[in-house]
Amino acid sequence: MLDKHGIAKRIAQELRDGWYVNLGIGIPTLIANYVPEGLQVEFQSENGILGMGPFPTEEEVDADLINAGKQTITAMPGAAIFDSATSFAMIRGKHIHLTVLGAMEVAQNGDIANWKIPGRMVKGMGGAMDLVASADNIIVAMMHTNKKGYSKLLKKCTLPLTGVGCVTKIVTNLAVLEVDSGRFKLIERAPGVTVYDIEKATEGELIIDGDIPEMNI
Amino acid sequence: MNKVVQSASEAIKGIKNGMTLMLGGFGLCGIPENSIAALVSAGVSGLTCISNNAGVDDFGLGLLLQKKQIKKMISSYVGENAEFERQMLNGELEVDLIPQGSLAERCRAGGAGIPAFYTPAGYGTEVAEGKEVKLFNGKPHILEYALSADFAIVKAWKGDRLGNLIYKGTARNFNPMMAMAGKITIAEVEELVEPGELDPNFIHTPGVFVQRIFQGNNFEKRIEQRTIRT
Repeated sequence: MLDKHGIAKRIAQELRDGWYVNLGIGIPTLIANYVPEGLQVEFQSENGILGMGPFPTEEEVDADLINAGKQTITAMPGAAIFDSATSFAMIRGKHIHLTVLGAMEVAQNGDIANWKIPGRMVKGMGGAMDLVASADNIIVAMMHTNKKGYSKLLKKCTLPLTGVGCVTKIVTNLAVLEVDSGRFKLIERAPGVTVYDIEKATEGELIIDGDIPEMNI
Repeated sequence: MNKVVQSASEAIKGIKNGMTLMLGGFGLCGIPENSIAALVSAGVSGLTCISNNAGVDDFGLGLLLQKKQIKKMISSYVGENAEFERQMLNGELEVDLIPQGSLAERCRAGGAGIPAFYTPAGYGTEVAEGKEVKLFNGKPHILEYALSADFAIVKAWKGDRLGNLIYKGTARNFNPMMAMAGKITIAEVEELVEPGELDPNFIHTPGVFVQRIFQGNNFEKRIEQRTIRT
């Protein structure tokens, strides 16, 4: 089974040289730590920076340089800064190659819910709806089950949706799955996890085609 | 032409109960601190505030919320503010949550003379309820209307007496679009300079969008999530 860093490491294998990538808050943020050697990837944060660098040292902290999670950041050499309308033009205009975000629920048709629990949590969608509505390549990074042990990979989302039919791939602590003709296609197992473990933890319908390889991380 | 005013309290003159304001900033980054303090002192209420976030309990727009000066918030993300959540759940505060990119574009459109536009963001979600849907290249989009405000209040790094503005870092965020969309736009700057001191090639907001400008003081620039590399 993977921890959050393991999930980030596995998703980092999806990166390709020259890509511009938007990472959401939480597990996705960790991916920046695991970019494979030799690849140049530019990270976008939707509050208005391309070429986001690592967190600052104490001396480098600048209140005027944060990411969309409101964390202090640095800018890489060659970074660019812009306003929010330009930032979402990049997103809506499909100039960003990969979006990685967290989710509370994903449905087998690719629907995603991650912004609201009615009556309990209303924080707002931030940029998530714009991101999922436009990106062609959307990976969800999340735990396979919630804190109560219930599956987060469902036949149908129960929470208010963030976007419809948009998720292409899901990487969890247990598996890598792809949304394939209305079902979850099992691609890889996490180290030490069996197909049976994944079946038990998945409420949605699975496609299990032949031997499922273990992740190589 | 004299756009320079001497203080935040002079800058906000004319802001009355029930008006709609736009306030720049993302989280606490790039917010007009001095103007918010002046609005608290002036005690105007029943405000509709368009701002990406609602501050934290004791800073930013949270200060106006504490004093119950805001009737309605139009934002994309309002977490990290317990008083906000309390007022919303008690029905004391109206809240309109808008996808962040749609919020930015609606402000831009408001300033650019575009009354409405179609966007894919929010299609199939509760954000799309009651909105016109149209297919473009086979993909559904929803109609979103431009936003404007009686006053827009923005924060810039440097500005000159003609209202030309330069922002610093990610403190730019919503400020340029909001500057365009205010009937009256107030710019609060860290450094007010003479015309000619700013390189025209690097102006972010041309002075035509700004009606009042002043140099703020004692910027706190509070950091919400101080995150250090170890």
